[in-house]
Amino acid sequence: MKLTKKEVLHVAKLAKLSLSPSEISTFEKQLSDVVNYVSELGEVDTKDVEPTSQTTGLTNVFREDGEGGESISSEKALSGTEKIHNNYFVVPQVITKEK
Amino acid sequence: METPLTIESTQSGLINKKFKAVELVDAYLAKINVQNSRLNCFLTISEEAAYKSAKKVDRLIEDYSTKAFEDYPLLGTCVSYKDLFLTEGIRTTAGSKVLESYIPAYSATYVARADKAGAITLGKTNCDAWAHGASGENSDFGPTKNPWNLNYVPGGSSSGSAAAVAANLTLWASGTDTGGSVRQPANFCGVLGLKPTFGAVSRYGVVAMASSLDSMGHFGRCTEDIKRVFSVTKGEDGRDGTVKNSPFLKPKAKMKIGIPKEYFIGGVDPSVEQRVREAAKVFEKEGVELTEVSLPHTKYAISVYYIISPAEVSSNLGRYDGVRYGNGRQSFGAEAKRRIMLGTYVLSAGYYDAYYLKAMKVRSKIIEDFEKVFEKVDAIIAPVSPTPPFRLGEKASDPLKMYLADILTVAGNLAGIPGLSLPFGFSGEGLPLGFQLLGPRFSEDVLFQLGNIFEKATGYKPNVAHI
Repeated sequence: MKLTKKEVLHVAKLAKLSLSPSEISTFEKQLSDVVNYVSELGEVDTKDVEPTSQTTGLTNVFREDGEGGESISSEKALSGTEKIHNNYFVVPQVITKEK
Repeated sequence: METPLTIESTQSGLINKKFKAVELVDAYLAKINVQNSRLNCFLTISEEAAYKSAKKVDRLIEDYSTKAFEDYPLLGTCVSYKDLFLTEGIRTTAGSKVLESYIPAYSATYVARADKAGAITLGKTNCDAWAHGASGENSDFGPTKNPWNLNYVPGGSSSGSAAAVAANLTLWASGTDTGGSVRQPANFCGVLGLKPTFGAVSRYGVVAMASSLDSMGHFGRCTEDIKRVFSVTKGEDGRDGTVKNSPFLKPKAKMKIGIPKEYFIGGVDPSVEQRVREAAKVFEKEGVELTEVSLPHTKYAISVYYIISPAEVSSNLGRYDGVRYGNGRQSFGAEAKRRIMLGTYVLSAGYYDAYYLKAMKVRSKIIEDFEKVFEKVDAIIAPVSPTPPFRLGEKASDPLKMYLADILTVAGNLAGIPGLSLPFGFSGEGLPLGFQLLGPRFSEDVLFQLGNIFEKATGYKPNVAHI
């Protein structure tokens, strides 16, 4: 099977990536190659096999209330950006204003 | 001065006042300054932090003498961290332009523990961006070179760490192994590399690649050093829910090693295979029993890996939006984009069952294979990479070909088991060869025991690449 240009653009949108025209055609081919390769799994009989999401065998690891320890200060948390307003992060606008 | 090659010789030199920790740092930094322009293994050199720690080390030895080494097991050992490990106040890039100028506000548990044990941080090492790669060529800051031959790749993704240990620019170094990223560069650079059991070492504060596969490991020049570092980094920290202080398996007096036939078929270079078989014979001579075993689903491991790993990558890299730190998503390099795209695709509506769910089921079959084999043997011996180191640029234009370089290492990550990569001689072209030992979960002590047996039997001495 082959990924179409439309599918590449759809996936890029889901992943919030903007691609150049040359990247789109490169990814069409390269992603198709990989997807074709991994499709070999179809031949494995997995009837009645439970899926594995992790290997520790642990479930629901909780800590006691109040054991959280110290948390990072707001000054340190904000140290990675210059886009700050009144001790808050400035984020890109996500809701469009009504016209 | 010549810097010592092991933790033992470093610490005995410090105790016997042959040199001071400050002089060790002088020597390492001088060598790094001369060689890094050719090797490109360091992205950041933390000179100030290194001298600050070294002065503290010298004071502790002055005040407490040998007692200081009991309280600080890694005292005076110079370490370099793969640039995925957060180091408070020292730039951490993950090899990506997205984090080009990111200065972490806290350190990873791994780093904090090494600091507390008296290690001296020399700097941060180059790697494939976000740990995506098997050659080091995917770093946004240029490829690392193999110190044994500058035209060859050092392996990846922990390329700079492996190369720095091989060239004696650091005593030991950290790495992450998600699909072979410690074992394979160790193999290509002629040093030792440990991929611990998933859940043995905390991942807290390490830039995540694939969260069900990432293992925090390290590089060194002998089994004893690998063991000493592991004794400091392992164990619960209350910040990574997958880490458990499980009891470790004890090595038996009489051990059995399995040779999995599927690791020697098709595409494995004869020089690689021959070395592994010779290594197996060394064990046999030392009274370790050898037996052929079968891991029938091995051939599917790479497909399972290149579904599960990109899926988790696409989720983990979703957080990089340039709002709280770092640059925006336009700064991702080609390989990161490719893996995000692939992962997003296999998780997207209509494809989840066919790819992701199917891969999780085949993962169970791969784990079952290992469980069956470990009922019969204590460890498995296998090649690490199907080929000796390859030339820079040789596979760079064909991602699928590059992905296949991981074919013999990814199954260990899918099963969450530990692996130790050991060097064993050189190819006709003077490039390192070696093998890996894999054991059941929490069998690190068994692997260390086997490593010690091997080193003793072969009269092993650490090799340093002189460039």
